[in-house]
Amino acid sequence: MANSTQLKTKPATETTQRAAMMAIVAPALGWLIPGAGHMIQKRWIRGALLLVSIGTLFVLGLMMQGHIYRANGGDILDILGFIGDLGAGGMYIVTLALNGGQGAIAFAIADYGTKFMIVAGLLNFIAIADAYHIAIGKKQ
Amino acid sequence: MTVQLTHFSAAFVFALFASIVFGITHRETTRDMIRYGLYCFGMFLGGVLVAGWAMWLIRR
Repeated sequence: MANSTQLKTKPATETTQRAAMMAIVAPALGWLIPGAGHMIQKRWIRGALLLVSIGTLFVLGLMMQGHIYRANGGDILDILGFIGDLGAGGMYIVTLALNGGQGAIAFAIADYGTKFMIVAGLLNFIAIADAYHIAIGKKQ
Repeated sequence: MTVQLTHFSAAFVFALFASIVFGITHRETTRDMIRYGLYCFGMFLGGVLVAGWAMWLIRR
């Protein structure tokens, strides 16, 4: 009797543990690489579209000589800009490592580029939340 | 390598990619995702056009 109960509960426990693990791994991976949080849960097309959309916005922002914000404790808009940029995860880290995004916002296109990168990060935050909702079963 | 976009093309690119992400993340089924993405895209570009014409009228 005890053995049959153990057999029934073991797979259920494993599934719960896997879901709990996925609820941590998917958002973390999604932050590092946009769309990867969906791909690891076998939502390949959604993940690919998110990667292309967020990635293209960020790269276009860089190519438009947008400015990337670093961690700072100064002006509130600079802090918000940093939070937005940080959402891009791996792309933000690589850009900082390569010393990119150092342009001064001297003309309109560079300003658009700066906003593109901030919005790419903010959109990735939404994608991370979506990956989490899929992981906990709130969304298909 | 630098890219020079006009105001409208920048708005178009922005609307396109933001709408894709909104569509995927805000709806459950594929059909609803496409419909919501198209709705967002229309609202983004429509907003740009309306705001543009409003500014043109204010300038007069």
